[in-house]
Amino acid sequence: MSGESIWQKEISGEDIKRFFRVLFGAIKNVFVSVYNRFYDYGSQIISKYGSKMAISFFLIPSLGFISVFYFLPFILTFLIGLTSMDFTFQWNWVGLQNFIRIINDSFAPKILGNTFFYVFTTLSFFNVGMALVVSLITNHIPDEVGSAVRGIWLLPRITPSTVYALLWLWAARRESNALINWFLGLFGIPPTDWMLNHPWVIVILVNGFVGTSFGMIVFTAALKSIPEDYYRAARVDGASTWEIIRYIEIPMIKWPLLFVTAYQTLSLLTSFEYILILTDGGPGLYTTEVWSLYSYHVAFKSYGGTVEIGYGAALATVLVLIGIILSIIYWRVFKFEEMMTEPKIEV
Amino acid sequence: MKMLSEKIGIGIVVAILTIPVLILYIYLFLISVSEDMVGIFPTGFTLENWLEVLDGEIPVAGATFYKYPNIYQVALNTFFLAVMIALLEVILSSLAGYSLSRFKFRGRSQLLTTILILHAFPGITLLIALFFILVQIGLYNTLIGVILVKVALELPLGIWIMKGFFDGISWDMEMSALVDGCSRLGAWWRVIMPNVRNGLMAVLIFGFLSGWAEFIYAQTFIAEQNFWTFSMLVYAFTIGEYSYIKPGITAAIALLYMIPVILFFLFAQKYLLRIQLIGKGGA
Repeated sequence: MSGESIWQKEISGEDIKRFFRVLFGAIKNVFVSVYNRFYDYGSQIISKYGSKMAISFFLIPSLGFISVFYFLPFILTFLIGLTSMDFTFQWNWVGLQNFIRIINDSFAPKILGNTFFYVFTTLSFFNVGMALVVSLITNHIPDEVGSAVRGIWLLPRITPSTVYALLWLWAARRESNALINWFLGLFGIPPTDWMLNHPWVIVILVNGFVGTSFGMIVFTAALKSIPEDYYRAARVDGASTWEIIRYIEIPMIKWPLLFVTAYQTLSLLTSFEYILILTDGGPGLYTTEVWSLYSYHVAFKSYGGTVEIGYGAALATVLVLIGIILSIIYWRVFKFEEMMTEPKIEV
Repeated sequence: MKMLSEKIGIGIVVAILTIPVLILYIYLFLISVSEDMVGIFPTGFTLENWLEVLDGEIPVAGATFYKYPNIYQVALNTFFLAVMIALLEVILSSLAGYSLSRFKFRGRSQLLTTILILHAFPGITLLIALFFILVQIGLYNTLIGVILVKVALELPLGIWIMKGFFDGISWDMEMSALVDGCSRLGAWWRVIMPNVRNGLMAVLIFGFLSGWAEFIYAQTFIAEQNFWTFSMLVYAFTIGEYSYIKPGITAAIALLYMIPVILFFLFAQKYLLRIQLIGKGGA
């Protein structure tokens, strides 16, 4: 028995298990040590350069886009405004001539007047006025009905601009069987060519219907955040619905009212999409032309053979400046961060 | 009795508030399926307009040498534009939003301020300079040019939305995932992304709809009919040189163009509301 080597010993299942346990243990240890080595290296590199690399990877694409299509155009608008550039894109520097021309432009007073009229009327009747009416009324009827009404007022906003303008152009046709003339005819009002005789009415209605939803949503969110106790206390004191609106709701949403007014002034001042489609500044000479549309026409549509990109850019420079100044003021005054929180309403 | 009169009152108020908005859409639909209209009442039902539109090629009365662009080509262009804008916007804004929300680096607060100010700034005023840039880099008259411009102008909004959503996830949540043995990437994918799904959806839908409806940039930066989108086609049929075309056909095209808008309106209204509040509400 003394010469018995271990090789003659019968190998039990237990031995096989132990063998593999040791083998796998060794392999695992190798892997773990390699892994740890690399992990340490990796975390050293990451802690040294990693976050910078990650940040660049995350941010550079967006910064690139914003630089090329935001900052560069800012500068280019000013620069092109100092040239008499046309469609050949030559940089013919003319100094401040374009800006002197704006002051002497015989159409400028009319266009400026149109712009103020358009912004003021649309804003007061719809973007603030109608928005306030819709949000107050829908706040005082059962909520399912109210949110459905608000949903419907969202429709003009999400309808493509060309389609929505088309709808109104059809409704406003001069034939007596067109929608608006037909409806007014029921009350005995004779048909008229709306786009020819009252272009401003249609322009303001279209922009107003589209613009109402923004104020409506902001106001509704503000109204919903008024504590229920206020209403209850007022009702106990015998206040009517009108008194609740007048003495509780409107004073409580003063700040959102100011915000919507300020914010929508800028967007109305610079947007010309619907006017372009509806009237293209007409009928006749600059009847409904606003500043932003004038800049577009000068730069892209040739009146008398030449496009004047330089003069158009000078006109746009005025709007860019107003835009920058107002944006900074809004950011300062309204503490955007607070206004941009989640909506408190559900539709 | 009081209940009933109250209900009737509410009904009248709701009707006055909604009919001026809704009637135009009903009008559009009726024009597309009737031969003529008297006010809101159609005379003579017909499917001819729809059949002609779905045929693809729209006939030009009296002209043999000229053709309108094929409807399906136009639909494809519009879809390509909208999808590309939506995807690029989601990718870029979620990357930038995540880094602005989670990393500390020099210039972070200045960058945030810039993005907020750009968000309020009306990009449309830069149209002339953007036109110049696209001509110079050779992207004038391409859909890519329009896509890049649109994505850039809407990035501040997208970044701001996404940053808000990332801020909403507590750091603890990400941390506990890391402690439990999740890698950073794993945590980002399993913990962060599912929680900002609403933000991604909002940016995606906003990007898609704004690309789908885009008019001014497309009209200004694209010259060839091959690259026309729905908005340019509808514009041409409205007051452009072809406005003598039958209203029924234009109405059918406009309704086709409206299909995604209506779908989103019916099924994704909460996203639309969120976008409206955070987004630019301009007319």
